[in-house]
Amino acid sequence: MPINILMPALSPTMEKGNLAKWLKKEGDKVKAGDILAEIETDKATMEYEAIEEGVIAKILVPEGTADVAVNEPIAVLAAEDEDVKAAVASAPAAKPSAPTAPAPAAKPAAVPTRSPPPSQSMPMPHIAPAPATNGHSRIFASPLARRLAKAAGIDIVRVAGSGPHGRVVARDVEATKSGGTVLRAPAPQMPAPRPPAVTPVQAPADDKIRALFEPGSYEVVPHDNMRKIIAQRLVLAKQTIPHFYLTISCTLDKLLSAREDINVTAPKGPDGKPAWKLSVNDFVIKALALALIKVPEANVTWTETGMLKHKHADIGVAVAIPGGLITPVIRKAETKSLIAISAEMKDYAARARARKLKPEEYQGGSSAISNLGMYGIEEFAAVINPPHATILAVGAGVERAVVRDGKLAVATQMKVTLSTDHRAVDGALGAELIGAFKTYVESPTAMLV
Amino acid sequence: MAESFDIIIIGSGPGGYVTAIRAAQLGFKTAIVERAYLGGVCLNWGCIPTKALLRSAEIFHYMQHATAYGLAAEKVSYDAAAVVKRSRGVSKRLNDGVGFLMKKNKVSVIWGEAMIDAPGKVTVKPGNAEAPKGALGPGLYEAKHIIVATGAQPRVLPGLEPDQRLVWTYFEAMVPERMPKSLLVIGSGAIGIEFASFYRTFGAEVTVIEVLPQILPVEDSEIAGFARKAFEKQGIKILTGATVTRLDKKTDSVTATIDGGKGGTQTLTVDRVISAVGVTGNVENLGLEKLGVKIDRGIISIDGYGRTNIRGIYAIGDVAGPPMLAHKAEHEGVVCVEAIKGLEPHSIDKLKIPGCTYCAPQIASVGLTEAAAKEKKLDIRVGRFPFLGNGKAIALGEDQGLVKVIFDKATGQLVGAHMVGAEVTELIQGYVVAMNLETTEEELMHTIFPHPTLSEMMKEAVLDAYGRVLNM
Repeated sequence: MPINILMPALSPTMEKGNLAKWLKKEGDKVKAGDILAEIETDKATMEYEAIEEGVIAKILVPEGTADVAVNEPIAVLAAEDEDVKAAVASAPAAKPSAPTAPAPAAKPAAVPTRSPPPSQSMPMPHIAPAPATNGHSRIFASPLARRLAKAAGIDIVRVAGSGPHGRVVARDVEATKSGGTVLRAPAPQMPAPRPPAVTPVQAPADDKIRALFEPGSYEVVPHDNMRKIIAQRLVLAKQTIPHFYLTISCTLDKLLSAREDINVTAPKGPDGKPAWKLSVNDFVIKALALALIKVPEANVTWTETGMLKHKHADIGVAVAIPGGLITPVIRKAETKSLIAISAEMKDYAARARARKLKPEEYQGGSSAISNLGMYGIEEFAAVINPPHATILAVGAGVERAVVRDGKLAVATQMKVTLSTDHRAVDGALGAELIGAFKTYVESPTAMLV
Repeated sequence: MAESFDIIIIGSGPGGYVTAIRAAQLGFKTAIVERAYLGGVCLNWGCIPTKALLRSAEIFHYMQHATAYGLAAEKVSYDAAAVVKRSRGVSKRLNDGVGFLMKKNKVSVIWGEAMIDAPGKVTVKPGNAEAPKGALGPGLYEAKHIIVATGAQPRVLPGLEPDQRLVWTYFEAMVPERMPKSLLVIGSGAIGIEFASFYRTFGAEVTVIEVLPQILPVEDSEIAGFARKAFEKQGIKILTGATVTRLDKKTDSVTATIDGGKGGTQTLTVDRVISAVGVTGNVENLGLEKLGVKIDRGIISIDGYGRTNIRGIYAIGDVAGPPMLAHKAEHEGVVCVEAIKGLEPHSIDKLKIPGCTYCAPQIASVGLTEAAAKEKKLDIRVGRFPFLGNGKAIALGEDQGLVKVIFDKATGQLVGAHMVGAEVTELIQGYVVAMNLETTEEELMHTIFPHPTLSEMMKEAVLDAYGRVLNM
């Protein structure tokens, strides 16, 4: 019996993906565990493994196809002893006309749909309806909530509901009014109609922008998924998160000498390479993690219904990669040694560049670090990456003339700027956090106890 | 070794026993401690037996007015003992029902006086009442969560102390040996007014004293004024802005000195006095002070989920503050255990708790009174509809009453509803559902109410608020 191979949902929020590459062609035999295709998601390219044995009878979605909806059939797998032609005949036409997920029940029973591997244990049926293209999805909201939203000029679709079964009630609209625009949580269990792509309403149309330049004076590079996601998330962050910024100088001399001492003691491996080589950034990660634990009120995530107070410090670290950036998360960084953090960062950076990070490796976290010190940037302010409440922008360590005990002296100083979500962390609290960070950086031995 | 539970609830009133059932439904190993009666005051000495008494009064009233319906009832009389006996029988039946519900839900009943020694530990000492079959005895018990649901008792004012003989609380008022010829009721809240209404129907000369300028002080003043006129027409004397300063007891009568009201200081001699000046939380002898549980003026301080300031100790119902109503206690208990379970329930919105008084005429309300809405600076629309305009009310011979609704002008939110008249206690729930679903006037106007019913007045009042009333 032929089986439809469906577009997999590789992360809880995934609704569409690009079919980057087929690694099997029509007629190829496959067994469970074989890599069928590469699927490009928001930020990573993932391999799609077969879970059934058989022969690829028909490829329905050619490689290079963008925005394939989750659960859309992408190929037909026939059993090995099966008539491949018959299998194809009973399979859906290549490129189904409706871009949304097909309703398997509507097809003759001859083609049972088989879900992609459930390894993520995602409640996929909830994602499957993918109502993104359907503007008529019903929003459950109380009459009063609708009226309040209308009066306040809020699109009810964009309000996260806290009533029974996610119904939008009056208090949600009030919270939205007082707390800025709230998008529906993209939680997988909420088959919420996706809000329209988050772009500034006033943004001029593409053709108007192009008209500003002489034809032929530029080339158009279509956005890949990462670029779209970066644009979407940062616009969301700047539109919904009230940022404020705190800058402080940290004297690095003790840290640098501690780093030197630790690196010198690294045993050499058989290839002559030292077992570890700590970077300043590794210290910065650890110091921020310890500071978050020391100031737990700042180790939080804003949600409309309540503050998530995190018990561990999960620190995202921005890694520049060709075409964009990605922020893998060092989990429970406060519990990890500098050497462990250093090793984990090296692994993350390598796999990030190869776009092999798994979604669970770059999602979540309560704060983040963006370090442009290696480019000589002295100070800058970073955009908060939700669900974080803060992000620390780290500048270069620079030798400066400082006044110490009334005398001029030379010290290596690094300026750091904490961008803070004012809904979650107020000014004094942010100052406390960055102060704790400075203390750890300036007395690095405190990090070791 | 002490027997261990997930949740122990102290007190088996409507708050406590409903909390126990919900806790058991959620899979908690649950026990309930009771010292006197399963079902607490509500079932045994409050809501339920008074409704039985008032039903007798109502039927007696109809028998006396049989000719108004074209009927004849001669030599109409009553047997006070039989009226009380029926009321006690109703309580007994429900009391047994609670025992059955505890068994059905596998809730252990522990019999005796509870004392919290420490978070997680409860000592139960022998009480005075006889234990029901199958109850656990005194001893040390453990529970991760302890919920105090001990209810309330009549407030006692100095100089007006009840003596069980001449000066009654609701306990004695509920089981009179004979109907007093004259009665003074101190306090015009729900309890005072219900007894005033009951005894007046059975022929007593009733005087009600209220310290505030309005009877039924929590009700909308227009509704309370309407009710006052009806009571006075029935022959109940009402003195507002008045206090009883002194009670002089004789063998079988009491002379009260009353200050204020119209006419300065006066004395009044009556057979019996009912003190109905409110209730106060049962916070004593539970070990709460020693544990440092925060208590404010006889009320345990809680957050929206029944949590006290001490981890593992919770309070719900009357002992956790007003409004002291059984249905508020029940819901508070359900929210409390659901929060313990991690279900993230919403805390109670006190503006959506209905209140009912079962005098004749009945009074029912929910949400803001007109005065409270104005105090909140709300711009409001008020709609009214009188029973006089309702066919069913006229057919019932109950054409005296009023339905009043209050909307927020800007949003069309129903912020309050107030009713006085026959059967309004059974009607109010329609508005409560509407408020909880956050309907606006539009949905209420689109709702079809059945004809002929008293409920049609509820729609008419809404229409009236928007200048669209039909049958007036």
